Amino acid sequence: MRNRNATAYRFLTPYLLIFAIFWVWPIISSFLISFQATRTVPWRFAPGFNWGRLIGDPAFFNALKNTLLILVIQVPVMIALAMVMAVLLNSPLLKARGLYRFAFFAPVVVGEVAYSAVFRLMFSLDFGVVDKLLNSIGLPKVDWFSNVTPAMALIMIAVTWRWAGYNAIILLAGMQSIPEDVYEAATLDRVSKLKQFFYITLPLLKPVIVFCAVLSIIGTMQLFTEPFLITERGGPGGGTETLGLLLYRQGFRSLNFGYASAVAYTMAALAIAITLVQLWLTREPK
Amino acid sequence: MTSLSSSRLRRSLALHLFLTPLALIWLFPLWMMVVFSTMPDNGIFSPGIELLPHGNFIDNFNNLQRDTDFVGAIIISVCVAVTYTILSVLLTSMAGWALARYQFFGKSVVVAIILGTITLPYAVVLIPQFIMVARDFKLANTWVALIVPPLFNSLGVLFMRQSFSMMPDDLFDAARVEGVKEWRIFVFVALPLARPMLAALCIILFLASWNNYLWPLLINSQPGSMTAPVALGTLIGLTKVSWGGIMAGAVMLTVPMLIVFVLLQRHFIAGIAAGAVK
Repeated sequence: MRNRNATAYRFLTPYLLIFAIFWVWPIISSFLISFQATRTVPWRFAPGFNWGRLIGDPAFFNALKNTLLILVIQVPVMIALAMVMAVLLNSPLLKARGLYRFAFFAPVVVGEVAYSAVFRLMFSLDFGVVDKLLNSIGLPKVDWFSNVTPAMALIMIAVTWRWAGYNAIILLAGMQSIPEDVYEAATLDRVSKLKQFFYITLPLLKPVIVFCAVLSIIGTMQLFTEPFLITERGGPGGGTETLGLLLYRQGFRSLNFGYASAVAYTMAALAIAITLVQLWLTREPK
Repeated sequence: MTSLSSSRLRRSLALHLFLTPLALIWLFPLWMMVVFSTMPDNGIFSPGIELLPHGNFIDNFNNLQRDTDFVGAIIISVCVAVTYTILSVLLTSMAGWALARYQFFGKSVVVAIILGTITLPYAVVLIPQFIMVARDFKLANTWVALIVPPLFNSLGVLFMRQSFSMMPDDLFDAARVEGVKEWRIFVFVALPLARPMLAALCIILFLASWNNYLWPLLINSQPGSMTAPVALGTLIGLTKVSWGGIMAGAVMLTVPMLIVFVLLQRHFIAGIAAGAVK
């Protein structure tokens, strides 16, 4: 490798320029805006204005509670499901592997708007195909949109459908990079497949699982489109309102950029805190 | 021997009995998207269970086009996604090349910052980006607004850095001995060698732009400047709207990508497995 400052930076400049303009400056600017009252012209510096409001705002705590609830339930369920998919897709006993891969991986290419529309239609009351199917096997109909618990469940089901396969792809790639002879040795020693999973696959896969968990947490922390489109702007009555939706309403409906920036920084702080805790919990023992 | 193979058979049977229903559940929403897109609106909202396609797609598409200019929106989406992909591949592979092949001042800082942005929610930059592009640059409702701000992506650069650093040194040193300029080495030696990785990156970037929703929703909200997902999203939740039409739009957004996915599955999976773009 050569030490060539000029050449290296010539290759890096366009990328770093975009980075500086559209990321570095906004990160700083967002922080500064959160300390300003932005509904007066001109904006004025008022350090406690937005943050003080945030601490006493029931709408913020409602959105925070919903976001964390989805995070705590949906992310572990999805990663466990992705793990099951990856393990089974990796099984040498599986026939027609391509078909199964297509089934689980296809949602990865489906856009948020397209799948939100389908889920909304599938789960609609009376005429929704899900309720019709539930009814035909003798289960009661569920009104997915007028009560908070089913509405939250619907959001979690939708997000899990969309992202489980994505995580399964990453986990599967991780599994396939574990050398075959480790398993061969274990099989020779008559270690059962189940034990092989818990004592070989899982520990070796830990960094990949953490990567998936971190990406999923950051994604869910910003959840916006699903409650926006599926449950109609966070309905019923704010029951599925998330921090992402609160930011959208405050920033782009009420044009209150200062308050929206405070919400954004709270999301970032939470995402970073959770990531750090996760890295700390799964650190290599010294 | 027989007992071993019969236990294999039992295990294989159990595997398929578990995985098949799960796969069918996973395919169900996509299947229903296609079914809905071919049903008349009064069929979608009727008491019976319809699980097979009808023949109403063209009518539904006409209804969609009546509700919003979807064809115009598709044209914008295609042009934006193609331009974005070309520019982004260029930027990320140049940056990835620099990080993989040169030692330079500040390199570890650049790498650390790129890694750090992975864990930073996009929400933090959203508002200032919007203020800057819409108010300061006066670029709202233009293609530039759709293409340029999303150009920064961290996982793509890390993917290309890894691709370039796996290439053997002698390849490039031979060219340097001949006095070939660095940018020519990059363009004529490194890029052709990285073709499979570039294919993976292109697919992932195109898909990201094609499906992007939040930024285009905010910055290009005028009817004539909307991308296809945004145009479709405006219809969801309206009271007098053709749901068959919405489903026809969803199919038009999704099916081309599914075909690309099936044809180029290997590249697709390579791109995602490397965490190329979230």
